[in-house]
Amino acid sequence: MRHTISILLENEAGALSRVAGLFSARGYNIESLTVAPTEDPSMSRMTIVTKGTDEIIEQITKQLNKLIDVIKLIDLTEGVYIERELMLVKVNVSTAHHREEIKRFVDIFRGRIIDVSETNYTIEMTGTGDKLDAFIKTIDSTLILEVVRSGVLGIARGSKSLRV
Amino acid sequence: MNKANEAEMMMGGDIFVNALIAEGVEHIFGYPGGATLHIYDAIFKQNKLQHILVRHEQGAVHAADGYARSTGKPGVALVTSGPGATNAITGIATAYLDSIPMVIITGQVPTALIGNDAFQEVDAIGISRPCTKHNFLVKDVKDLAEIMKKAFYIATTGRPGPVLVDIPKDVTINRAVFEYPETVEMRSYKPVVSGHLGQIRKAAEMMLSAKRPMIYSGGGVVLGDSSKELIDLTRLLGYPITQTLMGLGSYPPTDKQFVGMLGMHGTYEANMAMHECDVLIAIGARFEDRVTGAVDKFCPYAKIIHIDIDPSSISKNVKVDIPIVGAVDQVLQDLIQTIKETDQKPDAEALTTWWKQIEIWRAKNCLRYDRNSPLIKPQFVLEKLSELTEGNAFIASDVGQHQMFVAQYYQFAQPRHWINSGGLGTMGFGLPAAMGVQIAHPDETVVCVTGDGSIQMCIQELSTCQQFDLPIKIIMLNNGYLGMVRQWQELFYDKRYSHTYMEALPDFIKLAESYGHIGMRIEKPSEVENALAEGLAIKDRLVFMDFVIDQDEMVYPMIAAGKGHHEMLLSPEGELA
Ligand SMILES: Cc1ncc(C[n+]2csc(CCOP(=O)(O)OP(=O)(O)O)c2C)c(N)n1
Repeated sequence: MRHTISILLENEAGALSRVAGLFSARGYNIESLTVAPTEDPSMSRMTIVTKGTDEIIEQITKQLNKLIDVIKLIDLTEGVYIERELMLVKVNVSTAHHREEIKRFVDIFRGRIIDVSETNYTIEMTGTGDKLDAFIKTIDSTLILEVVRSGVLGIARGSKSLRV
Repeated sequence: MNKANEAEMMMGGDIFVNALIAEGVEHIFGYPGGATLHIYDAIFKQNKLQHILVRHEQGAVHAADGYARSTGKPGVALVTSGPGATNAITGIATAYLDSIPMVIITGQVPTALIGNDAFQEVDAIGISRPCTKHNFLVKDVKDLAEIMKKAFYIATTGRPGPVLVDIPKDVTINRAVFEYPETVEMRSYKPVVSGHLGQIRKAAEMMLSAKRPMIYSGGGVVLGDSSKELIDLTRLLGYPITQTLMGLGSYPPTDKQFVGMLGMHGTYEANMAMHECDVLIAIGARFEDRVTGAVDKFCPYAKIIHIDIDPSSISKNVKVDIPIVGAVDQVLQDLIQTIKETDQKPDAEALTTWWKQIEIWRAKNCLRYDRNSPLIKPQFVLEKLSELTEGNAFIASDVGQHQMFVAQYYQFAQPRHWINSGGLGTMGFGLPAAMGVQIAHPDETVVCVTGDGSIQMCIQELSTCQQFDLPIKIIMLNNGYLGMVRQWQELFYDKRYSHTYMEALPDFIKLAESYGHIGMRIEKPSEVENALAEGLAIKDRLVFMDFVIDQDEMVYPMIAAGKGHHEMLLSPEGELA
């Protein structure tokens, strides 16, 4: 099953490679990984999306907890949570028809066009991974020049929060 | 900055040495190089810390490891950057797999050159990451003392392990005020100590309702200095106990309740009892594959209780029913207390039946061997060694058949006396590890049991033994083969002995003598006992005893790959019973 694990870790050089190294050394899957400092610059927040049986996920969380740089973690999948991903897409829109069509889909998917040139639009869109996938499927694939995705971010719903 | 402050400033090299002294370190094993020149200069200028110069960095780390295993104190090794660091890796990985507390210091190129492929630069942090508990790069001399403190703290607490500290050369030259922190507080690292009382109560209940109970204990009991608690619990319950390779010495092997080692080369009675038990009590053991055999056939009738300090050991290989995470001594004390307080008693009747069954298995005498052979049997050498030393010698071994023979035939009377690379299985470990043990215990008998293959992996350390007057007794079981590999080829590859014959063995006697040691060659069974007695009686010299043994001897019992505990191969002699 797919799990989204959220981790608070020391913002130390090498902390990211400890996590990445753990996954590769033990043969665990990483579907996506995002990391950036938190409001407290001594800590980073990482979101990892991984797949595995219950036993493997249990091992993954234990092994992560064992890393000295990991302060705390939660498996968001165990509760209700929100997942978001940011995507930037550059598309070729050299004809009026294409400009029209892309504009319409962007509106439907509640994205924004954030850059316009003679032949290109750059679209910004956030949402769950599924929604972003659906958008990519919807538009004419021959128009796509570039897709950049941030990877998944997650946060628990309600008053539950991951903090020290 | 004013003059007074400047006077208090210390160079990184001196801070390093003072940090070690503040940690109570007395011995450090190492090998110098360009990146560690300032550290070596600081070592030269003091006399509290004794440095033992090895002949290869692998030897330094194994020696520090042997020191740690035999004392419980952290072992310390110091190597230079680049090749010094890479040579140390085998030793670090060896310590990591057996959870040995160690601090390894690697020199590094100056900070300004890091990342430039500078002379003797390797990414020691990157290379050692998967085989250390943690590692640190010291970027500023101001951080050095605190990092050293953290390194020792992490290495010795929780589930112990090696910690590497990489120190760039400029950090050893730059100056800072030396202040060694008294304590460490890390928000990201807080090892658990006591086990959950609710779980302990549940475990006690399950243990006491067992009909065919079995205690299986491992290296965690040795590392956690919990031998006394283990003995108390086992005696209180009256249950059979088996131990892993790493656990030997923490329960008296001559006791009736001890059924021998389990696993690939474990005894018939231990493995059969594992297979048939209904409650398994695992204590400081990690269900490694050489212990479990095929996991799908592992303890098919048992509910499992698992006590371990490392949560990630729980249900890693085998799913357990009652996990208890905590330090072994604490958990066992609580468990003993709980058992004493409850009205429930072990089921005496069921236990009598269970012991009867175990005695039937034990009567098979699976460790019997041919005592009338005209050739020296390795089992006989170890049996005699055990008798002559009354099980009280420190035995450091290498890896192979000889290692298994020690485990089977040497009756370790005390914990921390059996020094072997169980996890990584590192040939070359024995001699340098024995050096570390002998440095820590200058007046004790320290034996290195080795094979003609393994000894040659770190044989250069005979020179270190000469320099530091280490009177180690080397017992080499010379079968002219890489015996353990040959055993597999004999059993599973139709006797195609591919590259397991050592056709060009040196004259070990002359070799030992050339290093200033005493050499002995023993070729007949009738000479074994006297030779051992003679060798052991020499207290001030290293004695290299080359026992020419039966080339065809095999280690039995054996569980082949993919087989369960109940599917052992027994020796021809064992089958006769
Ligand atoms: C560094 C290393 N290389 C290879 C092996 C694989 N190996 C395991 S046992 C063994 C043979 C050991 O031979 P020897 O030391 O003569 O001992 P014996 O088995 O004959 O007692 C080998 C090659 C190992 N364990 N370690």
